[in-house]
Amino acid sequence: MKAWNRFKNSYVLYSFKRDPIAIASFSVLSVLVVICVLAPVVAPYNTYDTATFDIMDAETPPSWMAEGSETFMLGTDIQGRDLLSTMIYGLRVSLLIGCGAVLVQAFIGILVGLFSGYFGGKLDSFLMRVTDIQFSIPYLIVAIFTSAIFKLAFGVGRYAELAVPLLIVIIGVSHWPIYARTVRASVLGEKNKEYVEAARVIGISRWQIMFRHILPNTLTSVLVISTIQVAENVMSEAALSFLGLGMPITKPSLGSLIRSGFEYIFSGSWWITFFPGILLVIFLLVILLLGDWLRDVLNPKLYKG
Amino acid sequence: MFAFILRRIIQAIFVMLVISLVGFSIQHQIGDPVRDLVGERVTPAEREVIRDQLGLNDPFYIQYFRFIKNACKGDLGLSFFYKKPALEVIVSKAPATIELVIVTAIILILVSIPSGIYAAIYPKSWFSRLVMAASTIGVAIPVFLTAIALIYLFGVELNWLPSYGRGETVNIWGWESGFFTWDGLKHLVLPSISLSSIMLPLFIRLVRAEMMEVLETEYIKFAWAKGLHRQRVWFIHAFKNTLLPVITVFGVQLGILFAFTILTETVFQWQGMGFMFLEAVERSDTSLLVAYLVVVGVIFVVVNTIVDIVYGYVNPMVRIVGTK
Repeated sequence: MKAWNRFKNSYVLYSFKRDPIAIASFSVLSVLVVICVLAPVVAPYNTYDTATFDIMDAETPPSWMAEGSETFMLGTDIQGRDLLSTMIYGLRVSLLIGCGAVLVQAFIGILVGLFSGYFGGKLDSFLMRVTDIQFSIPYLIVAIFTSAIFKLAFGVGRYAELAVPLLIVIIGVSHWPIYARTVRASVLGEKNKEYVEAARVIGISRWQIMFRHILPNTLTSVLVISTIQVAENVMSEAALSFLGLGMPITKPSLGSLIRSGFEYIFSGSWWITFFPGILLVIFLLVILLLGDWLRDVLNPKLYKG
Repeated sequence: MFAFILRRIIQAIFVMLVISLVGFSIQHQIGDPVRDLVGERVTPAEREVIRDQLGLNDPFYIQYFRFIKNACKGDLGLSFFYKKPALEVIVSKAPATIELVIVTAIILILVSIPSGIYAAIYPKSWFSRLVMAASTIGVAIPVFLTAIALIYLFGVELNWLPSYGRGETVNIWGWESGFFTWDGLKHLVLPSISLSSIMLPLFIRLVRAEMMEVLETEYIKFAWAKGLHRQRVWFIHAFKNTLLPVITVFGVQLGILFAFTILTETVFQWQGMGFMFLEAVERSDTSLLVAYLVVVGVIFVVVNTIVDIVYGYVNPMVRIVGTK
């Protein structure tokens, strides 16, 4: 109750209520997330169950078109699955991978940033060198290479089976330096403040100071980065899947749906590409807008990458 | 300055060693040179003999040194599919990618600088607002969707422009160029527009932000006070100082542009290095894949090192501090 009151009177909520763009993007995002979480209940069909669809229904146009069918509101994809349900499950996979990868990135980045900032010295210059080097190589290239290598190493079938955890690791490992740099910068700002000194004086161990005292004060910037990062991860996942290095078509994410639809665009089946594409863009846009808003409100000292 | 350059070069060499180690491990673990040479229908005993002859049973580090020695001589192994040296295959595909990147860079400069400057000078006009809104939305549209939308609109519906391949090319001193035929130029339009669409929002915002910052500085106020002509203040005094950060970012982004060529080339079946890379993945052509990794690594390291050194020349603060 106390926390709720504090939240009710906070500046974040105040500025949220005065920003129509933030309200709109937040509502759209919440609706999408709820739909994703409740996918098995909300979606008209379970697209992972091969018994529910029939190849004879393939490429049915959306219901309002001449050849459309009432049973499939947005039409069907190339395998005869209901497009709307496939999209819902696809967004779910994309969101899962995006958030999972954020956890991996934040974990690596926070550890590197904390150690680098708090201990300084040789460890700092070594860790920052590594971070610099990885930062100088575009993360998409790293992700594409790693997934290509994994695909060769595991073989196509096994890669398809393990696609979700593998993609989380691949995208997570390829895009952490931004966390390391930001956390290090905030640690450097925090570590000479009085409260840290006080903690040191009363004899609290280094680890406790690092993780219980300094870390919570760097989390504002971590939160701001994470919002944008979810969008970037979903985008990377879509790119990988579009290249055929991501989710297999049996468990499609939005990217692999777009890829499968693209092959049929010349024969006029535009909806298989169009609807997943629009959904992806809307999803990314609302996250990016929310991230921008959050950055302006919380205004942490971010590393300009 | 000398120490700074030396440090950058040592770092570059170190990065190349790491990349080559990764590349070699891939080849060592996944690739099978014996299969690449003789195919699948050879008995295990004969394979073993070939393995010994090729030195594939030597310890890891000896093979790695051999790999580096060959790589320095430009020998990155044989491509299983093309039956040609991998480097030769990559070099033959390079012109397509380079031309795509050049045209994209030209589009980027021609569009982002004027609209960025305009948006900085008149931030409240409807055109500036439109540009800024478009660049906000543009960030959220993945490059392959832009490409598909362009193909559908101009390739399928309107049938104005070709949507795949490079069209007719001319061979000029071994360089397969699409610049000199009408057909080749037409094929360049859609891929280069889609590729530039990822960078445009970033560059417009960058030019606008830098220009606005410069317009607030004292020396510009002084230039106004002197009663200089508007065009002179904007384009000579202010614009010159927005260029430096823009050029730096451009240097770095050029590398990223290469990464995105993989996506663009896949959509347009553009016969460049990125398309070749994905084909290599699908055909399990490990040596070609490793060769591509090494080549791209060299390009990145060289570009980054040059950008850093040039920046060190221009901005002494970088080389004194060394690490950012």
